[in-house]
Amino acid sequence: MAEQIALEVTRFSPERDKVPSIQAFDVPLRKEWVVLDALNYVKDRVDGSLSFRWSCRMGVCGSCGMMVNGEPKLTCATFLTDYAPGPVRVEPLKNFPVMRDLIVEITDFLEKLSKVKPWIIRAKEKPLSEGEYLQTPDELDTYRQFSMCINCLLCYAACPVYGLDPLFAGPAALALAQRYNMDSRDEGKSERLDILSQHDGIWGCTFVGECTEVCPKHVDPAGAIQQYKLTATQEWIRSLLMPWGGKR
Amino acid sequence: MDQISIDAVGRKEMTTYTEYPPKGYRVRISTYWWLGRWAYLKFILRELSSVLVAWFVIETLLQVNALIGGPGAYQDFQGFLRNPVVIALNIISFFFILFHAITWFNLAPKAMAIRLGGKRVPAILIALPNYAAWLVASVIVAWLVLRG
Repeated sequence: MAEQIALEVTRFSPERDKVPSIQAFDVPLRKEWVVLDALNYVKDRVDGSLSFRWSCRMGVCGSCGMMVNGEPKLTCATFLTDYAPGPVRVEPLKNFPVMRDLIVEITDFLEKLSKVKPWIIRAKEKPLSEGEYLQTPDELDTYRQFSMCINCLLCYAACPVYGLDPLFAGPAALALAQRYNMDSRDEGKSERLDILSQHDGIWGCTFVGECTEVCPKHVDPAGAIQQYKLTATQEWIRSLLMPWGGKR
Repeated sequence: MDQISIDAVGRKEMTTYTEYPPKGYRVRISTYWWLGRWAYLKFILRELSSVLVAWFVIETLLQVNALIGGPGAYQDFQGFLRNPVVIALNIISFFFILFHAITWFNLAPKAMAIRLGGKRVPAILIALPNYAAWLVASVIVAWLVLRG
């Protein structure tokens, strides 16, 4: 029989349980298997009621984020062999309410994300006949890193500020706001400034920096937030010095 | 809302409807959340270091105040500095201030995304002038203290 590894999985049924519990499964330890393969093995062969989110299996969709041995990870990119001889503990993403087993409620993030207006805002849209808004490779390069975000929410699970203060906008939403702020085609900076420079926006961040460490796409949300703190401070000084029309 | 129904073979079944959106189970965060992970502990120590930076500032202000008060007052202040508790506090403060300065300088490149010639200036080129300025300031202070 092939080598096995113990998979300890959080189980929680909102209808049945008051608190989540841990259930252990033995799964084959295969060189090419990631944690998500092990979860799918359990669902297909052992217990079909195990619930978890996943889709692409290749680090693009951002659905399969979970805590693996206490660290926020994309389970499709986390190899079982790195945890041999085990056990591997798989828990739902920290800082979010648990809905069932490994599934968390993410409406809070989605609402915050739409609040920061993560889309290109134009003062006046030009007609289609005038063609697309052009951008040079250099202009693309300034925000490209922040555009890599896949909304996997590992950064929210790593952020103690979000855990302690659920009103905090959080790393991904702020990084995505900065992605549009830095886009040469965007004209919505001042609109976003009022939202982002609130206490629950960038100033809620105490720069723990773990969001950047756990990001599977190297987005660096911590960097984005600190850079925006600098911008917001400059805008604040500008509005002090030029109260009538200093705001860009 | 619970609803009890009886199935074909007479078993009682309880159907539970969950509200939408359901609240889910919230894990309470422990007061000691920062102890479990080195990165979190380092962050708390960095935050704590500002208290000891403030202590050094207060001490320096007291020193200036004693200097204004004349030789007697300054001697009293030196007596205060010789207190073993104050010596211990100052040694601890010194290490925390080193930690504060180093972490601050290392974080500076994160906040400053300067672009030159279409490329982002490397982190080291932003951190290095900070360290250089620190060195120059330290040399000047050392010269002031040690020359006489």
